[in-house]
Amino acid sequence: MQDNNQNPAASGGTALGDWIEARFPYRQFLRNQLTEYYAPRNFNFWYFFGSLALLVLVIQIVTGIFLTMSYKPSADHAFASVEYIMRDVEWGWLIRYMHSTGASLFFAVVYLHMFRGLMYGSYKKPRELLWIFGMLIYVVLMAEAFMGYLLPWGQMSYWGAQVIISLFGAVPGIGEPLATWIRGDYLISDITLNRFYALHVVALPLVLIGLVLFHLIALRTSGSNNPDGIEIKEDKDENGVPKDGIPFHPYYTLKDLVAVGIFMAVFFFIVFYMPTFFGLFLKPANFEMADHLQTPEHVPPVWYFTPFYAVLRAIPDTFGGVLAMTLSIVILFFLPWIDRNPIKSWRYRSFLYKLLLLTFAGAFIVLGYVGIQPASTTIDQIGWRMTQLYFLFFVVSWIYSYPRSNRYYYTAFAIVAGVILMFDLWRGPDAFAWAMSIVPLGLTAIFLLLPTVTRLDESKPVPERLTS
Amino acid sequence: MALMSACLMTLVPVSTAVAGGFEMEPANNDISNQASLQRGAKYYMNYCLGCHSLEHVRYQRLSDDLGIPEDQFLEMLAFTGDDLGDMVKIGMPADQAEDWFGGVAPPDLTLVARSRGTDWIYNFLRSFYVDGETLTGTNNKVLENTAMPHVLWSLQGLQKATYEEDADGNEVFAGFETVREGRLSPREYDRVARDITNFLDYVGEPIRFERQRMGVWVLAFIGVFIFFAWLLKREYWRDIK
Repeated sequence: MQDNNQNPAASGGTALGDWIEARFPYRQFLRNQLTEYYAPRNFNFWYFFGSLALLVLVIQIVTGIFLTMSYKPSADHAFASVEYIMRDVEWGWLIRYMHSTGASLFFAVVYLHMFRGLMYGSYKKPRELLWIFGMLIYVVLMAEAFMGYLLPWGQMSYWGAQVIISLFGAVPGIGEPLATWIRGDYLISDITLNRFYALHVVALPLVLIGLVLFHLIALRTSGSNNPDGIEIKEDKDENGVPKDGIPFHPYYTLKDLVAVGIFMAVFFFIVFYMPTFFGLFLKPANFEMADHLQTPEHVPPVWYFTPFYAVLRAIPDTFGGVLAMTLSIVILFFLPWIDRNPIKSWRYRSFLYKLLLLTFAGAFIVLGYVGIQPASTTIDQIGWRMTQLYFLFFVVSWIYSYPRSNRYYYTAFAIVAGVILMFDLWRGPDAFAWAMSIVPLGLTAIFLLLPTVTRLDESKPVPERLTS
Repeated sequence: MALMSACLMTLVPVSTAVAGGFEMEPANNDISNQASLQRGAKYYMNYCLGCHSLEHVRYQRLSDDLGIPEDQFLEMLAFTGDDLGDMVKIGMPADQAEDWFGGVAPPDLTLVARSRGTDWIYNFLRSFYVDGETLTGTNNKVLENTAMPHVLWSLQGLQKATYEEDADGNEVFAGFETVREGRLSPREYDRVARDITNFLDYVGEPIRFERQRMGVWVLAFIGVFIFFAWLLKREYWRDIK
């Protein structure tokens, strides 16, 4: 007790509160995390998605617990038990729709959260580990969603899992034994369903919660970045409080509360009025029970996986496709060391960098569309070009890390264009492919040649204090 | 690996199930129309339930949702159950049915409206035509070579498919032509098809009507919540700047 007497917030509560505080410092915890945790005062719209992701995680865990009470993880009963939940369990339909909608909105929120990180350079020093924990959360979330999708045991559940697990079969040497080991059987079966259930409801949620904790600890240590990308900790007043910081509570808890309300409106509008979301959240074919003898004509993954699926499909060779898809995710982990430009926020970076980031976002969205379409020459070609733009982002980001000489830009352009053409030749170009090569080559020219003749690559001066 | 490449590289769009030249008409059914649901249930129980179960559905739920008193329902519609708590099953054993219908047992139809859509059901029921090549003597434009006979032929009558040549000299479907009149006029038959479709649409998700009514209140509550949360936030944020 004695050691807390200096701080008025530490005592002055009830006697019971003081008694507890001496044994379990909850007030100190709340001070550190909320009332005396200073966040930049200029958070905008993009800063809602972190706390919203946490909210969706809670929704998924709570609805998930109730679903496990009535769901039966068995090939014979899983499908019927889901319909039982939808029809006979009190409010079962609401719980199930909240869980299925929550899965999709989790990814929507996480993608927006990640794009915020890209825009404002939140992955840069000193937040590299914060970014890496976030990426780990994202990867575990993908595994969690993939395994959860098998559980309803519909046709799409079954064949989607079949396609993805058979990708492991493309690994040279150990491929087929590896795929069999994952399935626990020679094809997706009751055994696979049971282990996916165990991983989905116990193992991965535990990992996820642990990683979220790490993510938050790293966040509280380095402090939040902001739309200006300025470190508010470097400019403190006489009390050691950042001049541009405001207490997280009550200011951001209340601001987030409004965001929670708006998110809830969107969430429940989907739950009550479009739970299948045009067949994107719940696919029509998944209302047919899994049948291992009947392959559906078209097996697209759920929408949140389609960008990476499109990268996989863009490469005609299966193992090459798997490598490209893996690289497209793994490369994000290294972003803090790829883009070493000291300016964090895109607000103060060059016009060309803004264009580069928007190109990347655009390519990601188009890849998402491509991945959901049945394969065709046109779709595959578009997927290929967007894959090139996806990776071009990392190459140009690396080049834009420092000011470069004209000679450097010319050489870089020659190398990048050469690599693009080499991959085009390897992929087997036709007239349409040649015409489409203008897309990556043109953008490469814009990013790497325009700096030699214009000043579009010049950054703006970063202000001392937060702007708005 | 072969399976995977088949899945990755398929060129066949889903809509090829419907033959060239045939265009589906919208079902335009309405699950809030209880009279239509009742008629649909009546037709289903009389014409479909011989072969097609609704194994995730309880008679009790149908009786409640369709507003048919329990005793009447048991007596006139619950042909395959003694108790309202029973599921809507069929008496036909699946393995024997497979033999009788050439390898495919008649599927359960609880979720057909969700997997195939209402337009598909409506058009399927209207598109049987005379075809001497098949086992049943009829074929279907929506599901070519279906093993299902035209169960409703006495209502619709029989029709044949007519074809014409397009600009490239290909034979394309032109329309149906009545061969034998049924008990109902085409408009009356369309209503029967729509009622059955409506019933199956309801059966696919019995809670839908209820949830759409409920959603308004939920969203209204959230609207009020947002308003007060915003007022509170605005009050606190006056201090900043």
